[in-house]
Amino acid sequence: MSFSSRLRNVAMTIGFFAVEHPSLLDYVFVSEPVIRAKNIVKKYDEFVAVDGISFEVQRGESFGLLGPNGAGKSTTMKMIAAVSTRTSGSLEVLGMDPNTDGPAIRSQLGVVPQEDNLDQELRVRENLLTYGRFFGMSRAEVATRADELLEFAQLTDRANSKVEPLSGGMKRRLTIARSLMNDPQMLLLDEPTTGLDPQARHILWDRLFRLKERGTTLVLTTHYMDEAEQLSDRIVVVDKGAIMAEGSPAQLIRQYSSREVLEVRYGSDKNASVAKKIADIGERQEILPDRILIYSDNGERDLAEITKRGHHPTTSLVRRSSLEDVFLRLTGRSLVE
Amino acid sequence: MSATVQSSAAIAPSRRFGGMFAGNARAVIERGLRATMSSNYLVVLSGFFEPVFYLLSMGVGLGGIIGSIEVDGTSIAYGAYIAPALLAVSAMNGAIYDSTWNVFFKLNFGKLYQTMLLTSLGPLDVAIGEITLALLRGGVYAIGFLIVMNIMGLVLSPLAILAIPAVILIAAGFASIGMAFTSYMKTFQQMDWLPMVMLPMFLFSATFFPITIYPPAIQIMVECFPLWHGVEIVRMLTTGAITPMIWVHLGYYAVMLSVGVVVVARRLRALFLD
Amino acid sequence: MTSVAEIKADAENSRRWGWWYVAELRLREMRGYVSYVVTSSFGNPLMYLLALGVGLAHLIPAGIDGVPFLVFVAPALLMSTILSIGAEEGMYPVLGGFKWHKIFFAIHATPITPGQIVGGFLVHLTIRFTFTAGVFFGFLVAFGAVPLATGWLMIPIAILGAFAILTPLASYSAGIDDDRGQFALIQRFVVMPMFLFSGTFFPLSQVPDWLEWVGWVSPLWHATQLGRTVSYGLNEPLWLTVTHGGVLAAYAIIGAYLMHRAFVKRLTR
Repeated sequence: MSFSSRLRNVAMTIGFFAVEHPSLLDYVFVSEPVIRAKNIVKKYDEFVAVDGISFEVQRGESFGLLGPNGAGKSTTMKMIAAVSTRTSGSLEVLGMDPNTDGPAIRSQLGVVPQEDNLDQELRVRENLLTYGRFFGMSRAEVATRADELLEFAQLTDRANSKVEPLSGGMKRRLTIARSLMNDPQMLLLDEPTTGLDPQARHILWDRLFRLKERGTTLVLTTHYMDEAEQLSDRIVVVDKGAIMAEGSPAQLIRQYSSREVLEVRYGSDKNASVAKKIADIGERQEILPDRILIYSDNGERDLAEITKRGHHPTTSLVRRSSLEDVFLRLTGRSLVE
Repeated sequence: MSATVQSSAAIAPSRRFGGMFAGNARAVIERGLRATMSSNYLVVLSGFFEPVFYLLSMGVGLGGIIGSIEVDGTSIAYGAYIAPALLAVSAMNGAIYDSTWNVFFKLNFGKLYQTMLLTSLGPLDVAIGEITLALLRGGVYAIGFLIVMNIMGLVLSPLAILAIPAVILIAAGFASIGMAFTSYMKTFQQMDWLPMVMLPMFLFSATFFPITIYPPAIQIMVECFPLWHGVEIVRMLTTGAITPMIWVHLGYYAVMLSVGVVVVARRLRALFLD
Repeated sequence: MTSVAEIKADAENSRRWGWWYVAELRLREMRGYVSYVVTSSFGNPLMYLLALGVGLAHLIPAGIDGVPFLVFVAPALLMSTILSIGAEEGMYPVLGGFKWHKIFFAIHATPITPGQIVGGFLVHLTIRFTFTAGVFFGFLVAFGAVPLATGWLMIPIAILGAFAILTPLASYSAGIDDDRGQFALIQRFVVMPMFLFSGTFFPLSQVPDWLEWVGWVSPLWHATQLGRTVSYGLNEPLWLTVTHGGVLAAYAIIGAYLMHRAFVKRLTR
């Protein structure tokens, strides 16, 4: 997205929300935890899905849980959303305990689940109406709010359509619109763009970015590092139910990776044997089945050195470090497997 | 922060039920009615015809051959004998379908209940709402069926009007047990066994012929089936041949309903919140 | 590099046996509910026979058609059991294969043709119907409701009847895009009336005249009458017996043709 269009979006967003939220600044500058998790554990019979994780989320913050499938992200989200009872540990959401104050907590949350669970028996707009009614909102209120949110989700012209024929991106936007019906203090998004095509992802990110600007607290899980980088102020990396690291995307990269990464490929049979001969190049290396990653400050220089030694790779690439590298460093495994 | 809390439109849910109940079952009922209007009113409407077709077939076709039948010393037309049974059967079928298949599907595939529970609703709101919807529909079918019975001259007593609340009680009893059952079910294959329980009840509970034709041992077995009690209640009311036994039958349903509700209440967490 | 001729020769194998691979797949899929199929195959006839053949028969001491009620109703019970499985199999399993688990598309991505998919589908069901009808027939014999010598012919008649109802339904199901409860409506307004008003539990003549046509178009009535003919020698003119067979065959053959057409259309669009 170009800079000028981003600027225009921001201007529109402020125009759109200023009416409802005159005190936008309150959200941005007040620091106060809305989630306090201490050693929370979730066991299903013998299986430990979440193994004693602790973190805090501040009001107005955009907080990301990054990890591979099965890391315990969704389970953590469910416990925060008060739809899964934790096994042990202490958890406070908006100052309340999800185990006993489920409905009260949920009345202040917006939840976008991993799979679209829209009501197939209802039309697009009806999905918003009934959802609002679940919060006890009045009929007049849900009607106004539904129309506003259809506009926000760019679905006004599909208001009376059935749900099934909508594209994946539209369904996602409708799910997000639905989660905003009760004007939540905090939005929980579980893998918001998994399964969407690149264009649909960008539209969605744009919508979420607007919410972030407006001051809504966002908590999201993802296994895409670009998504985490785009949307999160702060990230915790989770793996096998435990926290591996915590910080802003930039901090994490600085702390756990180098500035640049050189990727070289020699074919799956040869990668390992070549790696031995160039082991001294760069600060650190990761040898993956399909490629060798060399971490250093200057990838081009290292590539020149390797070529000089006569190990011409079939392909090579120099790029900046990403959260993927952080994850690889922390767990020894790739994020998307 | 205070600004946001005030501006939120949501009602403040009570803590009394440990997060199980927000007192908003109405929204669940509304959703059900809206879904009916929006997508499946034809299917819902068609449900009324099922017992009516049975009545036309069995009452007229079979009735033409059998003629009349002795019940407690009085002779009544075969149609008038089976009509109340069919009414009780349809109450059972409707309630069981709604509380088992329907709940199972919405829980495991449609994920509808999970969505509801992302809002300030509690599991109890969902359960009460869904059961009320089922009973509402059952009540409407019962009224329609009684009208058809009356047109066919099969209503023998003005007390038949009491069959409407009776049918709702029967449906509630089956629905609560059905929901309790569903809370333990994990797969489609397990659900498949349901008809194996329903079919013998349907065939043997004095629906098409009196249980007096059985040897005493089998009679006692049939008298344990909930459907038999339901058939007896409705039959007493539409034929007017009421005996004090009706209190036993009603008591049976009171117990069944209470047990079902207690189990469901205990299982709600497992069903919805684990 | 494999030559085109070799590739074609390889594909020949699935060309020849494709229908059986499909049937095999569907038999394997049945494993999940095989215990249910077996239990219901034994349980249903036992319960129906006890309730209707024995219980209800008490109310009809004179019998019907000059034979005891049990004998009269036995072919109808077998036919309605098998035909209702046929109706069921023509609806959700077909739509599911296209819409939900999409297995038909997966099969079609191999050298197997739409015709073989239809063939395999029907072969698998023939096996299933034969088993269930066979067990049912065993119960009828045990209850003394049919003679063994000619009565076994009810099994192929039941299979033909099941196809007569299944194939037209399947050709419709294969074309459905949006599941809006059509099956519930078909079940209530087509299948059930067919079962209730086509001379199953009582002769068709008992049905009011204005409803008798339901019997005439219902595969169940034709299958049941044929069953009665081979069971206790139902007294009806030969042309009528031939008509019963002709109607069933026509339903099954035209239905299979339409089903194939619908499968080709859905798989290649």
